[in-house]
Amino acid sequence: MAVSGIVIFMKIHVDAEKCQGHNRCYALAPELFDVDDYGNAVVIGDGSVAPELEDRARLALANCPEFAITISE
Amino acid sequence: MTSTEDFASVADWATDFDHADPQYNRNAHAIWAELRGTCPVAHSERYGGTWLPTTHEYVREIAYDTENFTSRGVVVEKSLPLEPAPIGGAPPITSDPPFHIEARKLLLPPFAPKKIEPWEPEIRKLCNGLLDAMMDNVAQGKPIDAAADYAKRIPVNVIARMLGFPLKDEELFLEFVHNVLEGIDDEPEIRIEKFERLTQYVIAQIEDHYANPRDDLTSYLMSVELFGSKLSVEHVGGSIILLLIAGIDTTWSAIGSSLWHLANNPEDLARLVADPSLIPTAVEEFLRVYAPVTMARLVAKDHDFHGCPMKVDEWVLLPFPAANLDPLVFPDADKVIIDRAENRHAAFGLGIHRCLGSNLARLELTVAIQEFIARFPSFEIAGTEDDVVWSVGQIRGPREMPIQVIDNRI
Repeated sequence: MAVSGIVIFMKIHVDAEKCQGHNRCYALAPELFDVDDYGNAVVIGDGSVAPELEDRARLALANCPEFAITISE
Repeated sequence: MTSTEDFASVADWATDFDHADPQYNRNAHAIWAELRGTCPVAHSERYGGTWLPTTHEYVREIAYDTENFTSRGVVVEKSLPLEPAPIGGAPPITSDPPFHIEARKLLLPPFAPKKIEPWEPEIRKLCNGLLDAMMDNVAQGKPIDAAADYAKRIPVNVIARMLGFPLKDEELFLEFVHNVLEGIDDEPEIRIEKFERLTQYVIAQIEDHYANPRDDLTSYLMSVELFGSKLSVEHVGGSIILLLIAGIDTTWSAIGSSLWHLANNPEDLARLVADPSLIPTAVEEFLRVYAPVTMARLVAKDHDFHGCPMKVDEWVLLPFPAANLDPLVFPDADKVIIDRAENRHAAFGLGIHRCLGSNLARLELTVAIQEFIARFPSFEIAGTEDDVVWSVGQIRGPREMPIQVIDNRI
């Protein structure tokens, strides 16, 4: 989406209170999610999703057993 | 060995269920579907009172509610656990907040994905060694036992190596696991006596590690600190018992059930053989449909749960596999769809007690299936379903499963 020449990316967010380390997001979208030393998920960078990875982000969201991932667009 | 005659027969699954009745695990999917549609929370007077919720919503609600439900007891049995909350006998699985997270934080790092991934070549080698040992029988056209001689052997070997326990004691570990998880119908004094043997074995291993420290999980647990001091022997021993018991039966069951599905569904088997890249997605579907683990809680205080008068110290089974089959959450829940893309299953539990070993279990399950079907691209159950022996109790999976190999690649 381009607004006045600025590209606005989809953004992913992991709720650290809800994440229990199932690691489904890290398995399905390692370009977007990493895991810390405890095995809990963290977003890579600021959570911006390149357009070609948007489907992967949605897939990760739909496979999180704890509903810990949200997407803002 | 427990025989069917030991169980008083169950007359009505809604009011008198017994999850240790061999008919329960054999017919679990039908029993849960029936209950979900009519009486979503079953009750039984057995084991001092036991509840069985069968919907995803209720299982989830109980898993998240650590105020009304305690993890002090996680295996339903005739007597209550001796160790009090919030630590319990096998931390952190038997622990409640606020202690729970502190004990869990000690064990999370060694089981995090990046610590588990390096085990892959070892597990692959182990699977191939087990398959090699079956080739004589296969060459002679004889059946093999994919549960007892394959699925069972993988997790027991891996956890023994992680703990730094003698591999020659594998049979002993399997006996301990059987006693704890399947011997739930034993009278309390017999159960305590059997548990004491396990405790003594673990203490002897800890003493051996004191004398000869090495780079393994046992030495790690003996070296880490909690609240500024090293863990008590009871804590180290309890955590080791947890790793030994929880890691073996469960993964064995998941591998066995997945192979049982493939033996009975040649079109799914052929699809995975033709396209192995589908295996990780199929594994998640097998975990959903054949989730091996039903956890348990004890009611912590008298309260009303959706119209059910729950009393303190009654047991509550948490059948994650039943939650995974709830049609309100999963479209076509009763169908096994091996390329199901959206799969929010709860095979490894929900909430703060998410299976600590889930990364290891997934790796073992994936590699076990990859290697089995690469070696045997076509196979079926030898004989009939009556020749398959299912477990009893909270962990569900085939214990004996004769397989006839139709086609093999040596």
